[in-house]
Amino acid sequence: MADGSTMVVGAPAATSPGPRQAGSMKQLARRRSLAALALCSPLILLIVCLKIYPTFYAVFLSMLDRKMNNFVGFDNFAFMISRPSFQLVIFQSVLFAVTAVILKAFLGFVLAHLMHNIRGRNERVWRGLLLVPWVIPLSLSTLTWWWLFDPSYSAFNWTLNMLGFEDIAFLGTVWNARLSVIAVNVWFGAPFFMIMYLAALKSVPEQLYEAASIDGATAVQRLFFITIPMMRNIILITVLYSLIVTFADFDIVRILTNGGPQDGTHLFATYAFVVGIQSGNIPRGATVSLFMFPILAALAFFVLRDVMKRNKEMA
Amino acid sequence: MANVSIRKVVKAYEGDVQAVKGIDLEIIDHEFVVLVGPSGCGKSTTLRMIAGLEEITAGEIWIGGDVVNDVPPRDRDIAMVFQNYALYPHMSVFDNMAFGLKLRKFPKEEIKRRVDEAATMLDIQMLLDRKPKALSGGQRQRVAMGRAVVRNPKVFLFDEPLSNLDAKLRVQMRTEIKKLHQLVPTTTVYVTHDQIEAMTLADRVVVMNHGVIEQVGAPQELYHHPATRFVAGFIGSPAMNFLPCQVVDDGGLKVQLADGTKMAIPAARVDRYGPYKGKKMTLGIRPEHMTETHDSEKPGVQIMNAKVDVVEPMGMETLVHHFVDGVAVCSRIDPNVHTGPGEILPLAIDMNNMHLIEDATNRVV
Ligand SMILES: Nc1ncnc2c1ncn2[C@@H]1O[C@H](COP(=O)(O)OP(=O)(O)OP(=O)(O)O)[C@@H](O)[C@H]1O
Ligand SMILES: [Mg+2]
Repeated sequence: MADGSTMVVGAPAATSPGPRQAGSMKQLARRRSLAALALCSPLILLIVCLKIYPTFYAVFLSMLDRKMNNFVGFDNFAFMISRPSFQLVIFQSVLFAVTAVILKAFLGFVLAHLMHNIRGRNERVWRGLLLVPWVIPLSLSTLTWWWLFDPSYSAFNWTLNMLGFEDIAFLGTVWNARLSVIAVNVWFGAPFFMIMYLAALKSVPEQLYEAASIDGATAVQRLFFITIPMMRNIILITVLYSLIVTFADFDIVRILTNGGPQDGTHLFATYAFVVGIQSGNIPRGATVSLFMFPILAALAFFVLRDVMKRNKEMA
Repeated sequence: MANVSIRKVVKAYEGDVQAVKGIDLEIIDHEFVVLVGPSGCGKSTTLRMIAGLEEITAGEIWIGGDVVNDVPPRDRDIAMVFQNYALYPHMSVFDNMAFGLKLRKFPKEEIKRRVDEAATMLDIQMLLDRKPKALSGGQRQRVAMGRAVVRNPKVFLFDEPLSNLDAKLRVQMRTEIKKLHQLVPTTTVYVTHDQIEAMTLADRVVVMNHGVIEQVGAPQELYHHPATRFVAGFIGSPAMNFLPCQVVDDGGLKVQLADGTKMAIPAARVDRYGPYKGKKMTLGIRPEHMTETHDSEKPGVQIMNAKVDVVEPMGMETLVHHFVDGVAVCSRIDPNVHTGPGEILPLAIDMNNMHLIEDATNRVV
């Protein structure tokens, strides 16, 4: 953007000075933005077709009755909230997303620090290895996990037996299943945090740490007074992004537990699938899937506003 | 406040690069010492070893009576001003200055008092609420100095603090640093590659080259009595002229240039230079001692005709470039003397200020 605008200002000044300059500059600017619009249009079209239209259509669907004939306003939302089974889904989704995001962020932060301190050629090898979970298609790796969690023939329980422990029903009880689902999500998502935090860590000037240690800061104080404040924007954005993506998670639960046992691991997405597609109540399914949208949108608004303000102040 | 002593200190980086090759330096309490030298000579490395940011390969560093080799920077009670200031971008100016005091658990009122005092001294009171991003280069520089001053440390360390400022501001801040030291006479080690900064600020200048100390001395001493060819050429601007020569005796000791020109050595120096008869030597003479001929009657002054090559008027003086014996030479003349390229200009060479360098050792004799 910066160099684009200097071009707009610079080019006409060189060729046509005089009273017509302002007019031709505007013209040029308009032509340039038209070209930009034209070049972006395939992407815009794609977003409109695959994101914006379905979103509005889902909002529209969520306000119809079961037969999809009558407009019922927010009745579907009111009904769903009043249902204990859906309240449980809300609880499970929040538990899943919040716990998983916190763990991913923490683990990513720790891994990024470890990476940052492994200097030399080994760093790239380790970084590559740690990125593997994030690169494998999630549904395939979840299948592997499902096999690992298997009660009678799996590697986990076999190892436990070897060490003299009892079998654990990883997916058999409600809380075990919930924790297993979270664990797989953390395994999958932590590398993303690691790579973002590693980049952020590398961009903190070494001299700030030197100045801080001369000012009297211990390693822990440097972490809290320099590293974390300097990474604050990246931390906020990654957590926000990950929260949105994790709230929409579908694959892991669908493959690992299919919502069970006793519907104890359903998330918004898997429950919406059950209600909307499997039971054929499309308006209610849309209602379920739209449930978090206003909350996350508000959160995104405030976080991004704060990040922008900080950016202006600091960088 | 304290004295600093550096004893046989060596710094080797991996791959056997010796950045500092065993230096000795005693800095007394309240002294302002400037390390100066060309790029890569090990100035910053030395300073950073005093700060504790760089490990010491061999030797000892003492601050105020203690060996600090294994003391981390935060326990050395020093303050440092970095070349690019290293202000904390997420903290206000006040917090930047207060950070060190907060970490040391000073009471709130004391912190405020000290920061206000330093801010007043440096004229940045109205900036205390701003973030570093909203400051100009000169203001950032002051904040960085304020951050050092509030701590009231044993030693101030400066690493080229003025090199990011424009020429005018640099001169102004140079004066302010000197004023600050007169006000708060903390022991100071200051690194620069600018010899004018070194000369104007220092109580003593340390000239470094290739990881060794060439000479330590007061600015005037370095100027008048350089110990080595390097110091002779490094201190002074424009630099000293060097002409290959020999000491000969034909009814009086003389220096003889390669083209046969002979110049008498002043009587006072005959004993000093006598032993070097016949050896390969270099005559060193500063541009300010090769001037237009107005006091040529003085004893020890030689006249030489120069064919002017380039004339550079500087305002208060004019630099004239010409060749002596095939070597490019610069002289400094009165701006009112008119001359131009190709003209013949008689120059008075003040042999009382000559230097003689022995080529075999590169030492000034
Ligand atoms: N981390 C390092 N690893 C290897 N060599 C280094 C390292 N840091 C500095 N050096 C070398 O040590 C020598 C001295 O460096 P130093 O930074 O002290 O120079 P300086 O005198 O401060 O120069 P300048 O005026 O350019 O800042 C240089 O030759 C440099 O290449
Ligand atoms: Mg340096």
